[in-house]
Amino acid sequence: MAAISLRNIIKRYGKGKHELQVIHGVNAEVDDREFVVIVGPSGCGKSTLLRMVAGLEEISSGEIWIGARKVNDLEPAERDIAMVFQNYALYPHMSVYENMAYGLKIKKMPADEIRARVDKAAGILELGPLLERRPRQLSGGQRQRVAMGRAIVRQPQVFLFDEPLSNLDAKLRAQTRIEIQKLHRELGITSLFVTHDQVEAMTLAQRMIVMNAGAMEQFGTPEEVYNRPATTFVASFIGSPPMNLLTNAPGARPNTVMGVRPEHLDIVADGGWPLQVETCELLGAERLVYGRLGTEQVIVRTEEGAAVPTPGTTIHVAPREGKVHWFDAATRKRI
Amino acid sequence: MVENRPWVTFFSHAILIVGIVVVAFPLYVTFVASTLTLEQILSVPMPLTPGTHFWDNYAQVLAAGSTRGAAAPVGRMMFNSLVMALVIAFGKIAISIIASFAIVYFRFPLRRTFFWMIFVTLMLPVEVRIIPTYKVVSDLGMLNTYVGLTLPLIASATATFLFRQFFLTVPDELAEAARMDGAGPMRFFFDVLLPLSATSIAALFVIQFIYGWNQYLWPLLITSEESMYTAVIGIKRMIVGGDAATEWHLVMATAMLAMIPPALVVVLMQKWFVKGLVDTEK
Repeated sequence: MAAISLRNIIKRYGKGKHELQVIHGVNAEVDDREFVVIVGPSGCGKSTLLRMVAGLEEISSGEIWIGARKVNDLEPAERDIAMVFQNYALYPHMSVYENMAYGLKIKKMPADEIRARVDKAAGILELGPLLERRPRQLSGGQRQRVAMGRAIVRQPQVFLFDEPLSNLDAKLRAQTRIEIQKLHRELGITSLFVTHDQVEAMTLAQRMIVMNAGAMEQFGTPEEVYNRPATTFVASFIGSPPMNLLTNAPGARPNTVMGVRPEHLDIVADGGWPLQVETCELLGAERLVYGRLGTEQVIVRTEEGAAVPTPGTTIHVAPREGKVHWFDAATRKRI
Repeated sequence: MVENRPWVTFFSHAILIVGIVVVAFPLYVTFVASTLTLEQILSVPMPLTPGTHFWDNYAQVLAAGSTRGAAAPVGRMMFNSLVMALVIAFGKIAISIIASFAIVYFRFPLRRTFFWMIFVTLMLPVEVRIIPTYKVVSDLGMLNTYVGLTLPLIASATATFLFRQFFLTVPDELAEAARMDGAGPMRFFFDVLLPLSATSIAALFVIQFIYGWNQYLWPLLITSEESMYTAVIGIKRMIVGGDAATEWHLVMATAMLAMIPPALVVVLMQKWFVKGLVDTEK
């Protein structure tokens, strides 16, 4: 078990004129036994960050500590970590058993201990009957479990997950999410989990790092990130549908951006803001009302059973008390 | 295309049958000739049914060779050919798989230059560089040796290129996973890349075995001792002077024998061969 410490991590590609900095100084302290999710849109540098922790990418500047060791110059195998890849990266010519045992065999572990560890991991992941199969004979979900099994048998200090659920269908993804949570509870191994899916991030994370364009926008619990987004980017990225960010709403202050989540806008009889209704979407238990407030688009979320506004009419909405966020218009930071 | 038109079926079969006959007839004539005596072959027209001298002719060439041309036993020549074909096939595969491993998986200065140097040699077949190669081999005293026979033919741009293309299709994550598992580069090569390349290796083996077996110009130049002749050269050396002087029945028997090993390799490895060219098992 170990904590992870990222100290001013910078990643640059290329040299001289072609130099391109993709990660601009990330600082984060991940506690021992913590499950931290790194989330952000594609191209934000989240995978690169994870790969630097794994040792698959060189660190241009800064330090990474795992436990009491600085790992900058250690080979991936020496960092006492295990990684689950997006496409699982199972060895196609080896059986499930051999796939899981390979790393231990290289460590020259005695055969009976390898057997015991693999059997134990197979038991946890319900892979027992599949041990003699080849990866190609497995379904996507089974392959995913083998990839996790390969990580578990090493009994590492840190688990790294690189979008491990993105190749699964929606139902399996939800199921695997729960399994990963259960696994983390049982094993208590510090985990870093990269995803672009904010639902995955919200449900899995004990704390989450929200990244954008190579910089860390916020590092906090899902509640903090949802309730007190640090920047307009976090506000619009976390939560679905995204937060309404308005500059010209009634009551707006100069040089600020006002943020209200769709679920924190209520339809009122009169007063509030006049909203020109454009379309309505039914999502089962709730309904999304898309409308226009002046020139800006506003989304309102209403509960099942509430009256359905007719497109073209004007309704009145009011933000709930204490649920309005303010951001600086220039720095995009929370005020 | 699924069609059910009897005439088309009939027609296509007819064309295929004609094709087979055209290809197979010379082979048949060779076989028939190898079972006749020289007088029977030289008579006009030559008989087209197998004669009674099958054992005589084959025993003669296998053990003693021809009486007028090269007197080396064909058994010995076949052995030479086999050594040459096997060494060339395995040598080419071994060298080119390691070369492409280096080119694909390692970053070193002038990597691209080296790749292009290898690639350019594709345009230089043995025949083009044969005189300098001969000079080098003869200066090294390797005439009439197996080393001289095989070494200059082992370097292969084609095989290197083929393996490179194959390695490029192997997902990077596999190499990364091996690295996480603590496998060094050579361990990764032997434990992961080599087993994955098995079908490509089999396909290349078939191609290179036949290439090595059928070498003509190079062994013709560097073998002057009968004990070093390959089967192909043996055939050439058995043909002496005019038509009447050549023991055609023995030449034909040798030709039949020389055809067997490559045919066997193709037939036995056909499944692997096709898999290697078609399959991508990843």
